[in-house]
Amino acid sequence: MIKNIDFRICFSVMTILTVLVGLFQSWGIALSMLNLCLISAVMAMGVNIQWGFAGLINFGVMGFLAIGGLATVLVSVPPVHEAWSAGGIGILISGLFLAAVVISVFMINKKLSKHKYKNYFVFLIIILSIPLLKFIAGPSISKIESINAATSGFLGGANLPIIFSWFVGAILSALVAFVVGKVCLGLRSDYLAISTLLVSGIIITIVKHEEWLSRGVKNVIGLKRPVPYEVNLQESEWFINLVQFFNSSKLSNVLDPEVKISLLNQLVITSSGVFVKLCFSLIFLVVVFVILYFSEKALNSPWGRMMRAIRDNEEAARAMGKNVVKQHLFIFMLGSAIIGFAGAMLVTYDGLFTPSSYQPLRYTFLIWVMVLLGGTGNNYGAVLGGFVVWFIWIQSAPFAMVVINLFTGHLDETSYIKDHLQNSVPYFRYLMMGLGLLLVMRYRPKGLLPEKVIKN
Amino acid sequence: MDFLNSIILLTNFIIIPGITYGSQLALGAIGVTLIYGVLRFANFAYGDLMAFGTMVVILMTWYLQSKGISFGLLPTALLALPIGILLTIAVSLFFDKTVFEYYRNKKSNPVTFIVVSLGIMFVLNAVVRIIIGPNDINFMDGHKFIMKAREFKQLTGLNEGLAIKSTQVITLVTTIITCSILFYFLNKTKTGKSMRAYSNNEDLALLSGIDPKKIVLITWVIVSILATVAGTLYGLDKSFKPFTYFNNLLPIFAATIVGGIGNPLGAFYGGFLIAFSEIGLTYAYKKFFKYIMPESLEPSTLIQFISTDYKFAISFAILIVVLIFRPNGIFKGKVI
Repeated sequence: MIKNIDFRICFSVMTILTVLVGLFQSWGIALSMLNLCLISAVMAMGVNIQWGFAGLINFGVMGFLAIGGLATVLVSVPPVHEAWSAGGIGILISGLFLAAVVISVFMINKKLSKHKYKNYFVFLIIILSIPLLKFIAGPSISKIESINAATSGFLGGANLPIIFSWFVGAILSALVAFVVGKVCLGLRSDYLAISTLLVSGIIITIVKHEEWLSRGVKNVIGLKRPVPYEVNLQESEWFINLVQFFNSSKLSNVLDPEVKISLLNQLVITSSGVFVKLCFSLIFLVVVFVILYFSEKALNSPWGRMMRAIRDNEEAARAMGKNVVKQHLFIFMLGSAIIGFAGAMLVTYDGLFTPSSYQPLRYTFLIWVMVLLGGTGNNYGAVLGGFVVWFIWIQSAPFAMVVINLFTGHLDETSYIKDHLQNSVPYFRYLMMGLGLLLVMRYRPKGLLPEKVIKN
Repeated sequence: MDFLNSIILLTNFIIIPGITYGSQLALGAIGVTLIYGVLRFANFAYGDLMAFGTMVVILMTWYLQSKGISFGLLPTALLALPIGILLTIAVSLFFDKTVFEYYRNKKSNPVTFIVVSLGIMFVLNAVVRIIIGPNDINFMDGHKFIMKAREFKQLTGLNEGLAIKSTQVITLVTTIITCSILFYFLNKTKTGKSMRAYSNNEDLALLSGIDPKKIVLITWVIVSILATVAGTLYGLDKSFKPFTYFNNLLPIFAATIVGGIGNPLGAFYGGFLIAFSEIGLTYAYKKFFKYIMPESLEPSTLIQFISTDYKFAISFAILIVVLIFRPNGIFKGKVI
């Protein structure tokens, strides 16, 4: 077993693999895979900050991703003025009411921390606030949802460039993480895992069913983009020239002018898609590098040392005068903010927000596999994990197809088993993930790129 | 008469579905809690173990149906259940030998166990979907209703009908039988007592000459039986879909923790608590109040605490409340 793998070798291998996919499958597939690898890397870095740095087990990744996704809707979609005039005030009032409830709960917790019936007060307030909230917001919600139910039926957003939503997503996630952390962080590791998983379930339920906010299961489509649209590219002069320049040898072989023009048109259409994805890749690359740079800085700073000290021995760190509770809450918010950022990036890249697509297997546990496989506590490991796992996730279906054809080649075309296996090809990725995780946990428990232990 | 009508209404829409769903959750929660108490980790693969067991039962049911064998008025799945249980036990023991045993001997921390159970969850998820596919499957046959709403109305002359599905009765009877045997086993037999001792204090149990391998083996056997039975009952009552089974893991966890993790009796009550709050809080009581209130006080709204969309969220919210109030659960945890 190789003890230390250099991260440069790993990333070179991943680059070569991506290029190979580009050469053998298509550049469009290679780039969209790369983009999702980059987004996954951001998610994995967020989880790594919580789990690798501080040892906090957060199974609520899905919820924070959804909050980031919601932010894109709230920031970039144009506001629906009729809806605002119909029910805006009601929603604002209920928002204030909700804030008042949250603040009063925190106040009671603080002021009456010694009181015998403190918990019962909190409980009573929360129970009473739900029907009240429904009473206040109910009429406005039904008004909003009835306006153009087929196309809008929600409040819309602020009509700002979508890039802003990434930061808004991060801030919103951090705020939610503050509330969640206040409630859950005191729990033991396995309780924390279960309760964060359930909290993310609650968040998804809210995003899915509050249609005035997010259109819920009706989805929001046609979100803005930080990069040009394919249609505009295909009509612009400079882009056509660019395509002509890159394919000059291919085009010069064709003599017939009509065939030449149709070939050029086809090339422009395919390369416009590639160009858009390339723009996304560049933006995502910048994000990954910035977050990676700051995570590395943080990990090697006195603060990072303190976090690892808290992770490795909480009692000792507390005895040294470190405020463990506060630091845990802070790092939980920080990691969730990065996850929210990634969630907004993901929705921006997809161009649509579909609350019903958030499932724990894909959006929580897969991210965890990335972190554990890549290397817990190592930022490069998290990025590598994002790349490797997403690569396997995408490529396992074609791979499974090849294997199935190999083993069932002798069978008849109409054979039931062959047909059934070919239909279930998409599920082989779960098998690969599970086996990969089990093997890594057994034979390389610290991940592909283990945490660097610095000794002075 | 109005009073009787209101009682029938509640029985039909809250009590009977609550008991059925509660039994299914309770059986699942006891399994999770036993794994936690004896093997000391939260098993995230449990939902998919349930799905696996149910899948085997469905395949067996189809086989029996193709041979023309049926169970009369009862669903054929009950005949197929033993095979499902046997295969689920085999799978559990296989994963225990290949995966969990290594970490148990190394005395790994609970988080490592959770992570490897995630790995098994992925594998089982894939196996079930590859073998039987991701779609909804209805494998209920036999007699569907014991009492239809219309028949009840004709029989009693009341306005409200009472419908009792045979799956609901089967669920209740099976749960009573399974739980009585289980609690008798845990409380009265020597093996059950040694299991409890092992769960309570491992070192002391080892000193008293209890064989840990035997305890682990028995735990997996019991857990597999519970998982298959709970999964099959749920599938008969509603339908089988791998994704739903994975999702059911969440209310099962909630029931386990609410009842005090590691405490089977607590898990049993926790299952019913979760089920009744999910159904009771999302039911619209308008009609109920119409019956018992005088006409002048008739409610104008639905009188529903929270909309049905939030059914799952309620169990999670209960869990969080319990975690704040009594982190060890309503019934003190960690005592089998």
